Amino acid sequence: MQWSKLDHAMSRGSGEVTILPTEPHMLDVLQGFVHELRIAGLPVSMTENLDAMRAVEFVSLDERESFKAALGATLVKNAGHYRVFDTVFEVFFSMFSPGVNADGESDLDADAQANFDELRAAMDQGGAMGQVSNEELAQMLLDALMRMDQNEMRMLAGAAVARFAGMEPGRPVGGAYYLYRTLRQLDADGLVSKMMARAQDEQQIGAGAFDERLAREDFEGRLKVLKELIEAEIRRRLVADRGVEAMARTLRKPLPEDVDFMHASREEMQLLQRAIYPLTRALAARLAQRRRHRRRGHLDFRQTVRHSMSYGGVPVEPKFKRPRPSKPEIMVVADISGSVASFARFTLQFVYAMQSEFSKVRSWVFIDGVDEVTRFFDESQELSEAIHRVNTEADVVWVDGHSDYGHAFEVWHERHIREVTKKSSVILLGDARNNYHASQAWTVAEMRKRARKVFWLDPEPRGYWDTGDSIVSEYAPYCDGVYEVRNLRQLQKFVADVVEA
Amino acid sequence: MGERFESVDATAARLREVDYLSDTNIAGVVYLAERLGKPVLVEGPAGVGKTELAKAVAATVGARLIRLQCYEGLDESKAIYEWNYKKQLLRIQADREHERDWETVESDIFSEAFLLTRPLLEAIRADEPVVLLIDEVDRVEVETEALLLEVLSDFQVSIPELGTIVGKQVPLVFLTSNNTRELSEALKRRCLFLHIDYPDIEREKEIVRVRVPEVDAALAGQIAKVVNSIRNIDLKKSPSISETIDWARTLVFLGRNEITPEVLGDTLHVLLKYQSDIAKTRKELGVDAPAVIKK
Repeated sequence: MQWSKLDHAMSRGSGEVTILPTEPHMLDVLQGFVHELRIAGLPVSMTENLDAMRAVEFVSLDERESFKAALGATLVKNAGHYRVFDTVFEVFFSMFSPGVNADGESDLDADAQANFDELRAAMDQGGAMGQVSNEELAQMLLDALMRMDQNEMRMLAGAAVARFAGMEPGRPVGGAYYLYRTLRQLDADGLVSKMMARAQDEQQIGAGAFDERLAREDFEGRLKVLKELIEAEIRRRLVADRGVEAMARTLRKPLPEDVDFMHASREEMQLLQRAIYPLTRALAARLAQRRRHRRRGHLDFRQTVRHSMSYGGVPVEPKFKRPRPSKPEIMVVADISGSVASFARFTLQFVYAMQSEFSKVRSWVFIDGVDEVTRFFDESQELSEAIHRVNTEADVVWVDGHSDYGHAFEVWHERHIREVTKKSSVILLGDARNNYHASQAWTVAEMRKRARKVFWLDPEPRGYWDTGDSIVSEYAPYCDGVYEVRNLRQLQKFVADVVEA
Repeated sequence: MGERFESVDATAARLREVDYLSDTNIAGVVYLAERLGKPVLVEGPAGVGKTELAKAVAATVGARLIRLQCYEGLDESKAIYEWNYKKQLLRIQADREHERDWETVESDIFSEAFLLTRPLLEAIRADEPVVLLIDEVDRVEVETEALLLEVLSDFQVSIPELGTIVGKQVPLVFLTSNNTRELSEALKRRCLFLHIDYPDIEREKEIVRVRVPEVDAALAGQIAKVVNSIRNIDLKKSPSISETIDWARTLVFLGRNEITPEVLGDTLHVLLKYQSDIAKTRKELGVDAPAVIKK
């Protein structure tokens, strides 16, 4: 056995390599693909680009999944970026999708195979299965779902889109509209109960609520696969109609760390939720390491002498004590009024997930009244539960429930200013949209006098600051730093800075 | 060369022969790694079979597996090579009586006999085919990572006293990471990236059947469904594949061939390791606590 060496592989002749007949074209597509990935924010380097070009020599496009794996392995180096990669891949390579594997993988049993052939024949004859009625189509789809036969499902999804989506060339409608139409015609919502009923008839599942739940989840999973197949089919047709670049532009999605807190969709919120924990863990590990290795501590005499024993009493290797720098104390004061609520939630979550990096974390939330919420985080086992309690139980309304930074800060100052010490960093969160109340900026000045650092985080783009009722610049002179924090990337950078400070 | 992988499908089939159930993604990356001669960086939650993959590949191609377990503080002397100081000192003391000149002594004590080879050097010097596994690479410091990088890109090591040792082969290299810290861009650039996630129901069912042959198809299917259902709940630590297998073994041991809510309630602690997770799962799935605890 001999593993090919790098340059060896480069110079190897094409004898044992499948060169695609459309190779120049293929490379063009690949370049467009990489370009689009870069626009979407993926850091694809030159080396990775070359790797991808070499990788596609070994895997042909006919094996679609392997082809995708090859591109994924060479171009995407962060699991969080797969979502973007998936979308771009589907757009760029959907045109090459044969619909069904060319050789129609025959791991079906004989019966299903007959069914399948019939279906294919029907498709060949009457375009979108002219002779099959809607009921028959629905029946076939149900059969395929029960068997979880992906090939057949893909085929049927194609037929369903052709029949139900009503796609017309040049019509400026998004894919979601066609997806909705197709799913409604197929009665997608009813499919799960149909599958349940069928399974019960065939006594595949027991009677208990527990069994039922398991079966339901299984079927919901299958339905999701079907939906994805239909979506892929719609995308394929849209790309054929509008062209690759245009579709890529329409479907462009931000990376999780670039999703704007203020305008995140529900799906993106979940994405952020999942992204936040690994991010904090990675950050905490990095900071802990850097703190420990920043400089060596004093000579550890005892250890050095002990270690010299193995060299016959010669202190060959001096040993040092590990430095133990003190951790900062964090006080977070966050506006949780409607416009910035999700920003405050993520920031609190982020800070508490990194609790181990701080000696102490205390938090307050306000709208026009202010309330300490540290207790929720101390009492609750889980962050999500604590955040829920902050949203429901904290007493933050004083007069009318419109943000009043001035009053909130005044009250906070009166109650807590004495607890601020040279060890504490105060972090103020909000867009500083004060509804034209007084700013009471002197309170922030007082905080700064006593605290180690005072920071302000604003979730609005810098360009919007000081427009309308935003008064960031009235507080800014008393802060050590005012940061624009619109996404996880910026939040992460800020937290790193604070811990370093 | 019968040892090489022919295609993605062949790779999957051969991994299957050694009881490792891959999917297109895993098999595709392994195949590509072998063709391109590039290391693979495997990432994913704990217990999804990252280390297992390297072992399986080694078994498949009939190569020796050399493993470097990473930890904080791992350095050159533990990863590549080290001179055996103690043995050298002894030698010097022994030589003293013969009154040899320093040159002879030096060439003596800086020879192969006094070299302690560590995993990386061992992999480079190996004559027979090897698979190198660098486990939990995210635990080492950034500086050590740079060291690994150097070795991985050239497959040679310079020992000042002995000269440069060049590898006879470019072995397949697997690096695993639990993602406790962001690895450097340079390292990621050099590797193929493989993210292994929890398997889908079908694949997990197959895995259970292969690893615990005593389990029949129906029970394996049920096991996979229940585990999948539990993974849908928002938990501190979702059950991993290894825990699924443990659970399947437990069920076999208890002689159960069907999962009822009672059975699940009694054995949930095999799958979940946090009390709060267990409580939450009980509530979500409507499963009671074991009879003993209820009283």
